[in-house]
Amino acid sequence: MNEQVLAVLVVVGALAAALACGLYLSWRASRLHRLHQRVDRSRAGLRTALDRRRETAVRLSRALGGGHGRALAAAAAAAGPAGPDGLGGETAESALSRALRRALADPAALRAAGAAGLLPAAASAARGVHLARVFYNDAVSDTRRARRSRVVRLFRLSGGAPLPEFFEIDDLPPERPAPVPAPDTM
Amino acid sequence: MRIGLVCPYSWDVPGGVQQHVGDLADALIARGHEVSVLAPVGDGTADLPDHLVPAGRPVPVPYNGSVARLSFGPRTAARVRRWIARGDFDVLHIHEPAAPSVSLLACWAAEGPLVGTFHTANPRSRAMAAGSHALRSALEKVHARIAVSEAARRTLVEHVGGDAVLIPNGVAVRRFAAAPPLPGFPGGGGSLGFLGRLDEPRKGLAVLLEAFALLAPHRPGLRLLVAGPGDPGPALAALPAGLRGRVVLTGRLDDADKVRAYHSADLFCAPNLGGESFGIVLTEAMAAGAAILASDIPAFSAVLGGGAAGELFTTGDAADLARRAAALLDDPARRAALSRAARRAVLAYDWDTVAADIVHVYETVLHGAGTRVRTR
Repeated sequence: MNEQVLAVLVVVGALAAALACGLYLSWRASRLHRLHQRVDRSRAGLRTALDRRRETAVRLSRALGGGHGRALAAAAAAAGPAGPDGLGGETAESALSRALRRALADPAALRAAGAAGLLPAAASAARGVHLARVFYNDAVSDTRRARRSRVVRLFRLSGGAPLPEFFEIDDLPPERPAPVPAPDTM
Repeated sequence: MRIGLVCPYSWDVPGGVQQHVGDLADALIARGHEVSVLAPVGDGTADLPDHLVPAGRPVPVPYNGSVARLSFGPRTAARVRRWIARGDFDVLHIHEPAAPSVSLLACWAAEGPLVGTFHTANPRSRAMAAGSHALRSALEKVHARIAVSEAARRTLVEHVGGDAVLIPNGVAVRRFAAAPPLPGFPGGGGSLGFLGRLDEPRKGLAVLLEAFALLAPHRPGLRLLVAGPGDPGPALAALPAGLRGRVVLTGRLDDADKVRAYHSADLFCAPNLGGESFGIVLTEAMAAGAAILASDIPAFSAVLGGGAAGELFTTGDAADLARRAAALLDDPARRAALSRAARRAVLAYDWDTVAADIVHVYETVLHGAGTRVRTR
């Protein structure tokens, strides 16, 4: 009788422990799944931001013409979807950042070409790339850290998902001319 | 856009985060967005804005080096869930997501496009360090992190890892732009101004008083306006008794008089010794067009453009402060130039500009999200 009770207790205990382990592992797996989704979504956001910046650069290059315009057009053409993850090449995107900075460094030339109206759009597109890239790399770093965990590796909780890669470019924005105070604040 | 803002600290107590959330809500509404703010609210709060949803009664909790008024517990958690479920938000923007209050509860309850703003700059934040493992499961749901200063960003990176974009605190420039000076100011003999807690050594009032003691004997009309709450006793004790009458103490000021205080002195001094994450006092003074003399701590140097929008002196050095203050008091043209430069530089911190950048963050997050905020 006593042995039967003991056996039942052992079985119940083992089942409870297995259930707790299972719940914990499924919680860890769902966290990891959520992180992978976050990486996918922020990559989509980054792709949108890079596309938008390229389009703005093309428009600006047409308006500018001349040496700056040609250099910008070439940089924009070299950038763009390249890698398997749909993100452009890091070197080409960095080159586009530099070309944009050079093109926007001379407000007088912009005004002469009648392209000053494109300045806010170009600045905003450059800022958008920086924002999206920080959010993407942040998601990548959270995911990579989670996948280093022993539990995740031992139970292969990441399934077959590839390890996400950081996207490192020079995304320093063009310098903006100082805003002029509105008359009512003086 | 439908935007939900979460503020962890009690709405009825003045504080930097509450002010930030309130001003952000106003700026977003002015841009045509729909906003709902969730925050703990204590008793006897008379006028709450229409868009504020009380999350429950706050309890005082020692947190992050001071006593914060927070709401936590199953009833508050249920309120948070209900608010998120009914809000049908495009974006949920959680302030201080690590704060054990409605912010952390919202992180746990929500799923979808989450944005988090980190305000704390504290290299030894025990709350963030001790909980960093437990916090991670909540913080890793935040899709976009914003830090209000370089110091706040560093605190986040060191304790939790990852990265954040930098978007400074805003200042409602129009609110500070014009006001009559306080009665009797600036006066003919010249005046210096100070605003901040008197009994907090980091605010540097002692340095300013030491400098005043150097200046005052040679300038019989010079006065010092000291505005802010706290016991002035310990700082004043170091001042020669004959000079104390020329220090004008206002005590705590309401919002309108605070604006007037910024317009009252010939020279506004910010002698802080450090520990300042951003320098909201400076941006307010700049918005008022004050001529500014500030210590050269990194946060101040950044806001003042390295000295272009206000002069910098060596932090903690009363003699340097006195020397530069004397030169500026004798040079009205230079003060006017600094005032113009400050008004120009502060536009980068105007809520119009800052809110536009925050909306840009929302749009970036939404491009990849494809879903609204929902509860788990």
